[in-house]
Parts: sequence; structure tokens; C-alpha cells
Amino acid sequence: MERLHIKQEINITEALMERINELLSHYPADKKKSALLPVLHDVQDAHDNWLSIELMDKVAEILEIKPIEVYEVVSFYTMFNQRPIGKYMFEFCQTSPCCLRGVENLMDYTCDKLGVKVGEPTADGMFEVRGVECLGACGYAPMMQLGDFFQENLTKDKIDQLIADCRDNKVILHDK
Amino acid sequence: MSKKILLEKASIPGIKTYEVYRQNGGYASVEKALKSMTPDEVVEEVKTSGLRGRGGAGFPTGMKWSFIDKKSGKPRHLVCNADESEPGTFKDRFLMEYIPHLLIEGMITSSYALEANLSYIYIRGEYMWVYKILERAIKEAYAAGWLGKNILGTGYNLDLYVHCGGGAYICGEETALIESLEGKRGNPRIKPPFPAVSGLWANPTVVNNVESIAAVPWIVNNMGAEYAKIGIGRSTGTKLISASGHIKNPGVYEIELGLSVDEFMNSDEYLGGMIDDRPLKAFVPGGSSVPVLPANLIYKTANGEDRLMSYESLSDGGFATGSMLGSGGFIVYNDTACIVRNTWNFSRFYHHESCGQCSPCREGTGWLEKVLHRIENGHGREEDIDLLWSIQSKIEGNTICPLGDAAAWPVAAAIRHFRDEFEYHVRFPEKIKNRDHFVNEPFEKVRHLVGKQTV
Amino acid sequence: MKVTIDGQTIEVEPGTTILQAARMIGGESVPPTMCYYSKLKGSGGKCRACLVEVSKGSDANPTPMPKLMASCVTGVMDGMEVNSIKSDRVTEARKSVTEFLLINHPLDCPVCDQAGECDLQNLSFKHGKSQTRYIEEKRTFEPEDIGPNIQLHMNRCILCYRCVMVADQLTDNRVHGVMDRGDHSNISTCISKAIDNEFSGNMIDVCPVGALTDKTFRFKSRVWFNKPFNAHRNCDKCCGKTTVWMFGNEIQRVTGRKDEFHEVEEFICNECRFDHKNVEDWVIEGPRKFEKDSVINQNNYTRKLDTVVIETESGILKGREQDRRKISMSAVPLTKEEEQEFKEGNI
Repeated sequence: MERLHIKQEINITEALMERINELLSHYPADKKKSALLPVLHDVQDAHDNWLSIELMDKVAEILEIKPIEVYEVVSFYTMFNQRPIGKYMFEFCQTSPCCLRGVENLMDYTCDKLGVKVGEPTADGMFEVRGVECLGACGYAPMMQLGDFFQENLTKDKIDQLIADCRDNKVILHDK
Repeated sequence: MSKKILLEKASIPGIKTYEVYRQNGGYASVEKALKSMTPDEVVEEVKTSGLRGRGGAGFPTGMKWSFIDKKSGKPRHLVCNADESEPGTFKDRFLMEYIPHLLIEGMITSSYALEANLSYIYIRGEYMWVYKILERAIKEAYAAGWLGKNILGTGYNLDLYVHCGGGAYICGEETALIESLEGKRGNPRIKPPFPAVSGLWANPTVVNNVESIAAVPWIVNNMGAEYAKIGIGRSTGTKLISASGHIKNPGVYEIELGLSVDEFMNSDEYLGGMIDDRPLKAFVPGGSSVPVLPANLIYKTANGEDRLMSYESLSDGGFATGSMLGSGGFIVYNDTACIVRNTWNFSRFYHHESCGQCSPCREGTGWLEKVLHRIENGHGREEDIDLLWSIQSKIEGNTICPLGDAAAWPVAAAIRHFRDEFEYHVRFPEKIKNRDHFVNEPFEKVRHLVGKQTV
Repeated sequence: MKVTIDGQTIEVEPGTTILQAARMIGGESVPPTMCYYSKLKGSGGKCRACLVEVSKGSDANPTPMPKLMASCVTGVMDGMEVNSIKSDRVTEARKSVTEFLLINHPLDCPVCDQAGECDLQNLSFKHGKSQTRYIEEKRTFEPEDIGPNIQLHMNRCILCYRCVMVADQLTDNRVHGVMDRGDHSNISTCISKAIDNEFSGNMIDVCPVGALTDKTFRFKSRVWFNKPFNAHRNCDKCCGKTTVWMFGNEIQRVTGRKDEFHEVEEFICNECRFDHKNVEDWVIEGPRKFEKDSVINQNNYTRKLDTVVIETESGILKGREQDRRKISMSAVPLTKEEEQEFKEGNI
């Protein structure tokens, strides 16, 4: 399938390149491709959480592999986004143990509150609600992933608080 | 209190840090193994311990180690499978988050046993903060001389790194995990060759679950024979159980294998019984892939014996009346839960997570989900129940990797034990319109309707 | 090493797979293959159409294998006993695989250029049913243009991965691959790039279904109306040995030469395949043989065909003399009056 082709400003900073080189040092010199997943995570985090074709081409160039090898991998794994997404992505786990503790109602609540449907960013690009499969926090359900972190034992009040904190720029997304 | 091996020190303040971990006897197994044992002696101890793989399949760890090809002279690798994604399972995360050095210690001792000089911990990408915890812990271990060149002056070299995935359940399958570690799509490989002969970069490789590796330091420190004394029969040692669902105290527990299900469910030391006064309806003992059991088969086996938390007792009766210990993902349902909805949910999961490589799984998991979705939403037909049975039987055993079986078993078990609930959905579509349909009117109250209906 | 398949024993070299051994024996016992391709390294194991039952592991370890095994990737052991078409379990599994491959397949054979030489069609003919149990909506993909020579119909694809292996093993810069996962996996370049290296056309030959077809042959003819001839030309890129598919004196299509298992004998270059459609470009060696029971054999020219004679009274076919006059407009010009009437209508 043809992909959306949206331009993205690419900025491989010195710090990012340093991190990429550190990741590359974890693998034998002739196995650069092995670093692909960790590198993609860091590159994506540094580029508004999504990967354009140009950015994927850039990663391919750094790892000395074919662009198609990057496209194939990016489209296989769910954590890589191929289009711009909401800045604060609420990824609710919607697998059975979370459903038993009411995640579906909580997702409806969140969507109503933000005035969006699942999978659509808000008009200001601040929020997006997404349903994902088991995140491995079944005992602390209902829960969601926000950036690098899990928000667990959620209630409507906690959701309200989180949304407020996001709006106030108080939420840290990535642990760098 | 029963024996604790893995979580014994987890509650010590600051145990996350190297200093505290070391002060409390950490890394002793590395010293013991590297200085006073040969690699093969370590393998022997693990064999003697009877430790079985804690990822789900329960294959003896020592035996898996003994298969690794040491003759070819190729570099060997140990890869720790921390791609914990089985619904209901969150034990490895607990271990890595609260006592990361235990896993690193286990990795060093185990890598020594396998004579591996380059090892990896493959952690799922969603556990990003745990990935960072491990990364820091590994740096501490390097700084303290437990990793790198010439460890403890013994001449043994080991590099250990943590590698994060990108969000794919299938990478928990060991060959898919290796593919993913090579920077590829997580498509399971065709076996043979097994990883012990040709794994990571075609080198001999062993892939072990976090919990299995974390048990190795205790085994080396206290000897395999001591470990084998814990537990019951061939289910030796302790096991982490992650409990979720309609119970009072969800969370991660370390139990001695052989504890009765009754005690685990109802004692205050563990789950503390049900969350409220709604009765127990069903449970899944080992993660979403294993068969669900109805209330009458939970505390007692079909023969009337006490059901125990062990590999053997949980699978007593085969799939007809038993299930599996699996990964220890313990999910409990009260009567507000709908088995059809739950089965659809699991099928959606497997449909979403199928890699798409082999035809029965690629096409079959989607088909199962669509039919179950129809039934759950009131568009089921009487023949759909037999159709589901037929589809699952055609997937099972015919796929490249066990994901096909894992997708088939929950459907089969749900139909086997809860067929009348499926019939209710098909025959009374107006009654199941609301997704919480059993909250106000549990199935027990309407079961009689199914019996009367003649179609 | 000795291996017995459906009761027929054969001596093979170590390292031979069950499928290769079965192909040596030939006949009904040869399992169908949708993804395995002997010329492509690492192919096979995915479609599960070739599953067989190993009823005896080997002389050394006679225990039967509990699961059905993919014969294309399972090596034989000395003394192994295998059941293929003889086993009900195996035929049942083949039926299942056929059903799985067909539930989302568009079943558009009447407008598919592959029809007549399609492995999925053959598989369904043997192991499929004429009814379906699948009432859900079929999966579909957005069309993608992959250049002027090759037509990609993703909806027909069975994800055998052969075309990806062709690109990996025959060319040095693969631009297409498998995107996404699960039942939404699809073959794509991701950026709608033309796949145009010198050997890309081989993707068409290795495709077991109509997912990759020859654009230069698109809708030109049904394959069974073409006559295949072996032909060759001097080519500096490939062996130059091809099969040309002719309609009268026109070369409508050029392909590699395919053996009885529908695998090309040698890969050919795009120039031979797409750019030489003149008879003068080729040295025609003679007619190409193909399977007795294949669809294209319905137009077999190697067999002498009798002219069809319908023995009826001449009058029945020709009609009455006066009727013939009426309908034969050109032969019977209208009179002036009739012409007027025709123009104005007979009112």
C-alpha cells in the first residue's frame, strides 16, 4: 500500500548521533542492522514521535542498509508511527484483563472529554486516544501508556488530572 | 510464608542500586561460578535443579543449555527474553523494575555456563522505562568490573547489552525474537535448525525467560539439589505468578510450586479472594493462550483431587478438564464477565499480533475474530459455533510457530466449557446489546432460557 | 538414505527434503507447493500446503512426528516413512490451507491473467470446495503502481515471499518488500517506486497467483489461447532461453521456461521478457510441452485435432431461403420504396 507522504523537518542533532553511535557499539561492526529498533526509537522520540519516509531513509543511510529494510520493519512494529500523531498519545490497553476492570468505559469517557474518536488527534494536535493490545500491566488495570511511562490504576479523576497536567506542560514523555 | 528465591530481597530499600544489591550478597554466584566451577559444572547444577523454562512452555532449562553447540567454535550468545507480552503476564517487568541486578547477575553466570561472550536482554519496547533501568544497571555492573574483559581476573570476557523491541507479541517466540534482534521483522524462523545450533547471526544461541535466568544465581549459590527440594515433583522451585482480574489483591507473587489453587486464591497472603461478593465464574491460570477453566474445575481436578499450582496439576485432565501453568498469568473472572466477549477480545489480540507469515494463522486468526465479533454483537448464527470449532482445529498444529496454537486454544476451551453462553448470544441477540450485559443479569440467571429453546 | 513416501521407497542423498524426494518419485504423492521454490534460497515453510505426515521418524528413532511437517523444509532421515496423499490427516490439512488461502482471495479468475496457469487455481481444483463458509467482508488493499512492466494486484497475493527473494537474490537493490503485518501484510515499495532493475520481471514468473502479472500482456489473451514455443536469442544479460507465447504469428508474451512444478529452469532478463516481441528477434526451437491435465492443454497443438463436424440437415443450420434474404441486408439491397419506408417508419 502506498503511504502518506508528509514532509517532516529532519534534525539529527549531535547528541542524537552520539546516542546512535553508542547503540551501534552494542553490536558487532558488521551487524549494524541489529541496532535498527533501538535507533528508530531514539530517532522517533527526537522527531515529534513519528517517522517520515525521508527520516526512515536517513536511518537507512546511517545503518548502511536499504531503505526498504527500514520501511518493512517500521510497518511491522506497532510503536513506530508513520504519520504525525497527537503530542500526548493516550494508549489504553484494551486487552481482556483491562476490560475486566472497565477500560472500555474509561476510553469512552476520555474520548468524550477530549471530543475525539479513537485514533484521531484533537484539532490542536495536543491529544490522541488509541486502543492498544496488552501492555503487561494487567494487575494494575485499567491503565495506559503515555510516552515512555505507564499510568496505572486509572480512574476518571486521574484522567482529568492527567489531561490538565498535559495542558500545563507538566508531563514528561521521555526518559532521556 | 513460603520460600522466596527471586523476590527475597526485593523489598530491601535501595536494592535497585548496585551498592545495596552487592551489600546484600549480590553477584556472589558470579564469584562462585567463575572462580570455582567450570562452565559445564554450572550447566550440571541447573540440570540437577530441575528448573523449567518460566516463559510458558516449561522446557527444562539445563537441558536446553546442554543442546548448545560448543564444538563448532562459533561465538555463542545468551539472549534473555524479556518481551513479556502474554495477556495476564507482568511478572518479568516486576523483577526487572525492582531488582534489576538479579537479572544481570543471572545473565553473567548463565553466559559463563554457556561460554558466551556477547549476550543480550531483549525487552519489549513498551517497557521503555525498565529498559533505561536495565541500561543504567548494566553500566554500574561494567563499572564494578562484573562485565567487560577479564572479569575477576579469571580471563572470562562478557559484554552484555539491553535491546528494546518495537511492539510485537510475536517477538516473544524465540526465533522471532532473534530475527527482531537482527533488526528485521519479527517473523519466526522455520525450525530446524534450532537456535542452539544456528541462532543470532547464525551463531549457537540460547534464549531464556527473565525468570529462568533470575533463578540461576540462587541455584549456583545453594546448589541444584537444594533447589530441587523446593516445589513438588517435576515442578521444582518457586514461580512468579502475576494475578489480575476480579480479585482483591492483584499483583505479582512468588509461590512455591505445589501451593493449592484454593490457598493462592483465597488466603490473605496472596489474592485475598474475590474483589466483591460476585461469585467466581472462570479462571485462566497461565496467560491468555492457555485454556480457560470453569468454576467447578478450578479448585478440584476432574478426579476430585486438589488442584495445585504446578505444571502437572494444572494440566491434569488434558485440555478436556485441565489447562496449563504457562507463563503464570493468572486471570480471574467473576460472573459479570462474558466468556464470549472475553474470547473475542483474546482473538482480536491474536489477530492483531499474528506476523502474517503462514497461511493458517494469518487468515485463520482474522476469521476467528470476525465470527466472534459477530456473535458478541448479536449477529451470530447457530452454525457459527461449530464453524469456530472447525476453524480453530484447522489452525492448531498447522502453523510455523506456537502463536497459531495460542490463538486456537482459548476459543476451543471457551466452546468446550461455555457452549451454552455462545448459544445464548446467538439466540437472544437483544439481551446482549449492552457490552456489560452480564453485570445486571449474570448468565446463571438466564441459563435456563438456552435449554428451553428449540431451534 | 532410504525414504518411503506413500509406500514407495527411494534412495536419496543426505540433506534431501521430503518434498524433493517426493518429486523424484513423482505422481500423486508430490505435495502441492505455494511458497517453496527450489531456485530461491530460504523459500518455503510458509504456505503450509505441503504438510505431510511422518509416520516413522527414522530407523534410529522410529517415533512418529506428532505434528504434520512442511515437507519442503523437512530433511529426510534414513528409514523415514512419510504419508502424503494417502493420509486423511494430510488431505484434511490441505483442504484447510486451501480454504484459508481462499477466504480473502477475490476469486476473480475470469478477469485474471494468471487463470489457467495459476497454482492457487490448481490447488483449489484439487483440494477446494465450491461453497464457502466465509460470510465476512473480504480484505482489500489500495492499488499500487509499481512501474510500466509489472502489474501488482495485492488482493490476490498469498504472501509466499518469492518475489521478495527474487529481488534479494537476483538483484542488488531491492526496493519492494513485505509491509505491515498479520492479515494486512502486503507487498509494496512503500513509496510507489517503479521496480525496474534488469531482473525484476522474474517476480512475475515466480508468483504462484495473479498478484504479479505482465503488464505488456495484460488482457491480451487467455493463456490457453496462446501456443508456447521454446525460443532463444543471444543475450548478454541472461541465458536468453525463454518460452514465447504466440497467437498466430504474434508473440504476445515471453516468460522463462517452466518445468512440471511450474518453476523456471533459468531466470531471464527484462529485455528478453518485455522488449522483444518480434518473431525475428527469436530463434524458435519448437513447441513447449506441458502437463497433460493442465488448463492450457485444452488448446493442445501437439495432439492432432479433428475438425468438428455437426451432422445435421443443411437446412437447419442455414435456415429457409426467404429468411436468409431478409436478414442478409447487404446482399439484398432495398428498393426505393423500401428505403423510404425504412427512413420514415412504417406508419
